[in-house]
Amino acid sequence: MTGASRRAIKLQVNGKPHAAEVDVRLTLADCLRQEFKLTGTHLGCEHGVCGACTVLLDGQSVRACLMLAVQADGRAVATVEGLAGADGKLNILQQAFKDHHGLQCGFCTPGILMTLTECFADKPDLTEQDIRVALSGNICRCTGYQGIVDAAMDALRKMRSLL
Amino acid sequence: MKSRHTFGERVSRIEDDALLTGRGRFVDDIALPGMTEAAFLRSPYAHAAIRRIDVTAALALPGVIAVLTLDDLRPYLTTDKLAVGMPSPSYRLEVDRPILASTEVTYVGEPIAVVIATSRYIAEDALNLIALDADPLEVVADCREALKPGAPRAHRALPHNLVAEFDITYGQVDAAFAAAKTVLREKFWQHRGAGQSMEGRGILARFDESERLLTLWNSTQTPNVGQRLLADLLGLEETEVRVIAPDIGGGFGPKLVFYCEEVVIAAAAMIVKAPVKWIEDRREHFMSTTQERDQYWDVEIAVDDDARVLGIRGSLLHDHGAYTARGVNIPYNSALTVPLAYNVPNYRMDVKLALTNKVPVTPIRGAGQPQGCFVMERLLDRVAQKLNLDRAEVRRRNLVRADQMPCTKEIKLRGGTFVVLDSGDYPASQQAALDAGGWSGFAERQKAARAQGRHIGIGVANYVEGTGRGPFEPVRVRVSASGKILVASSATAMGQGTKTMLAQVVAEQFGGEIDNVVVTTGDTSAMSSGFGGFNSRQAVMAGSSAHSAAMTVRAKAIQAASHLLEAAPEDLEIVGSRIQVVGSDRFISLGDVSRALAGIAGYRLPGDMEPGLEATAQVIVHDMAFSSGSAVAEVEVDVETGEVRVKNLVLSHDCGRMINPTLVDGQVIGGVAHGLGNALFEWMGYDSNAQPITTNFGEYLLITATEMPAIKILHSESPSPLNALGVKGVGESGVIPIAAVIVSAVENALEGLNVRLAHCPISPMDVLKAIADVRKAPSES
Repeated sequence: MTGASRRAIKLQVNGKPHAAEVDVRLTLADCLRQEFKLTGTHLGCEHGVCGACTVLLDGQSVRACLMLAVQADGRAVATVEGLAGADGKLNILQQAFKDHHGLQCGFCTPGILMTLTECFADKPDLTEQDIRVALSGNICRCTGYQGIVDAAMDALRKMRSLL
Repeated sequence: MKSRHTFGERVSRIEDDALLTGRGRFVDDIALPGMTEAAFLRSPYAHAAIRRIDVTAALALPGVIAVLTLDDLRPYLTTDKLAVGMPSPSYRLEVDRPILASTEVTYVGEPIAVVIATSRYIAEDALNLIALDADPLEVVADCREALKPGAPRAHRALPHNLVAEFDITYGQVDAAFAAAKTVLREKFWQHRGAGQSMEGRGILARFDESERLLTLWNSTQTPNVGQRLLADLLGLEETEVRVIAPDIGGGFGPKLVFYCEEVVIAAAAMIVKAPVKWIEDRREHFMSTTQERDQYWDVEIAVDDDARVLGIRGSLLHDHGAYTARGVNIPYNSALTVPLAYNVPNYRMDVKLALTNKVPVTPIRGAGQPQGCFVMERLLDRVAQKLNLDRAEVRRRNLVRADQMPCTKEIKLRGGTFVVLDSGDYPASQQAALDAGGWSGFAERQKAARAQGRHIGIGVANYVEGTGRGPFEPVRVRVSASGKILVASSATAMGQGTKTMLAQVVAEQFGGEIDNVVVTTGDTSAMSSGFGGFNSRQAVMAGSSAHSAAMTVRAKAIQAASHLLEAAPEDLEIVGSRIQVVGSDRFISLGDVSRALAGIAGYRLPGDMEPGLEATAQVIVHDMAFSSGSAVAEVEVDVETGEVRVKNLVLSHDCGRMINPTLVDGQVIGGVAHGLGNALFEWMGYDSNAQPITTNFGEYLLITATEMPAIKILHSESPSPLNALGVKGVGESGVIPIAAVIVSAVENALEGLNVRLAHCPISPMDVLKAIADVRKAPSES
């Protein structure tokens, strides 16, 4: 790559400003992981199917492997690192995953948490089938999804009780 | 404060907090100063002779640091080949993998050269600049063709493709068949696809010349085995090699294998004098990580008029791939598994392993056992159909009974000892699954559904799983000066909760304070011997060692405390992180006991005891602990589209005493999901030139949340007499009976159409074709 193919970008990640000069071909996932050292976003397939790299861009889920870092210039990205409280306390969804054995190896987990975070943001009355459909873009090889679905339903119940 | 139990409890996993907050530490999450990145040039040919590899243009690309072929690596290597096959007298050919291909490539994806660059992006750019001059050779694309006279050979220099053959035989099988009134024959094709852990393989190597220490962070199930091989291959002492398996994003078998990439990246770090990282991408995983693929069976079963099995005989042809990367263990397990759960008095299976120009075959979760189970269960369905008996009743009459336990089978494990089914009540397990799965009332429901035009079906399958492969797995338990219980083991965690499991076993002896236990796994600097994670062995082998070491350390702590507190040992108990005199407020902390046993120069140790508050245990067990269970599944088949929906699945399961029932559930359900993939979805396809045609998740289907039914698990606990904890392994159990039970259910759903299914996976197209074939040939049915 030549110098001309680099560009300066600025974006919000988990509410904090981040800036970098990046190759225009650098994916958003690699930018988060390598430039910003936010390695919680994982790459499972790099062709947009497995969902492990799912992050939220201005609140909407995107595959960070299929998006270039320069496309996120000026926008707000949310990653798994931003879910827990400032004191490190697990949020309701994370705690539900822990309570319901919603993860094993944990590699797909960040993408699943972000998918559900988007899902829960504006639809508190989801059914189990809705959850399964929402999760159909995230592949987990370990759990058989049962613990994930149980965790999601439990988190939904707890969130509703707070409304 | 009371001492608590942790063994057998549903405690939260100690692994979870980091993984849930993005603080996990997988290989690709580690970055070192000056780190470079690697990409491999892989063969685009299934079989070709290499004339020349010209790296000039690639080397000239800015950012490229080195382009290495086998010639460049040779000065650092003691040998060119990976000789890793497990011993067996059944080999007919020696086919070890070259560390990099230099004269011939024998499968698509075989590594030929490696580019080291400042980034993976540039390394991949450089791959396109390497000129590979090669002449394509004839290809062996199908193991059935491989053994035919005049077939092309997978390797130019070899005389044929029969890499190994053996038989598993006992009793008088031909006499039994000659006397039998009913003999049924069936041919089966089974395919098991690829491992597809969500994290692919990955390696980061650093060679520190001043310390003379090679450190490899490696996404592997077997770091200690890797350490020994790297030392051998690079001419280093084991103390000069450290292998660390950090957080591992799933294993499922392929990561137990030692790969060329591991030694290439290690050597590259020595050559370029900088850390080198290689992270496998998904396409590479499809093309170069080992798989389990195809088996072709031709089998007969002989039964008497009461459907009691008199004998089974036949042949098994197994696709071995292009090299021996593990051994003959998959087809060995397959042939061994067929008669395990049942009383089969006479048996012979002739097994042949054929070389093909495809990625080497090594175990995937289940390691050949699902295929053996599938064959047996399909045969029993055929018996039921022939004799017009209930499928479950045929099984009940033949299952190994509780009063036969322990039941010695006339089959030897690969180490030479006989298979002994150690415990369990298989008929009771089947009955429990039938009851929970609605077996007895199903015929009416099926009739009612059929009246509405719906095709529902039910299936049943029983299985046993050999777990806890020996001979040992070491665990060290140490009490630190701070009072923490430090546990170290060569056991390797790849998502099963191994650290939690070990912490529970150890904490049980130390007041139940799981938060006080710190577990280190998968680091050769923490434990220098052992094997790692495979064959559902760690709860059995490492669990037993952890229990033994913890008991030793506990006894020593109490003995030392009795001297320090001047109290009788029987009056002491461990509560939390202290040892106290029962019924008094006198106590000493575990940390202070540890300090006392560390000694003070010039002074005696308390009670003149041996120094140190630690113990290492390596409990040796050769016999395998056999988990067992039964599956009942209900499906609905759309006869217009061929779609199979799994509506209900019950697994009745016995893995002995459960260390953590929640984690057992997770292992079982995860195994079931894998089994459903093998039954319905997962197919690693190759064309007639052995070019892989399923190299992404759009083409190779993994099960997702919408296809997964709710699974009902029934537990029973028959303690294994083989270890002090009474545990059996569970990691592979769930997968074993699933293809068998689903295909049985699909066939049952099509009852009346007389469709017979003898393979897996079954796609919607397969279902439609099977229906169409029967309709075309009504006179035969």
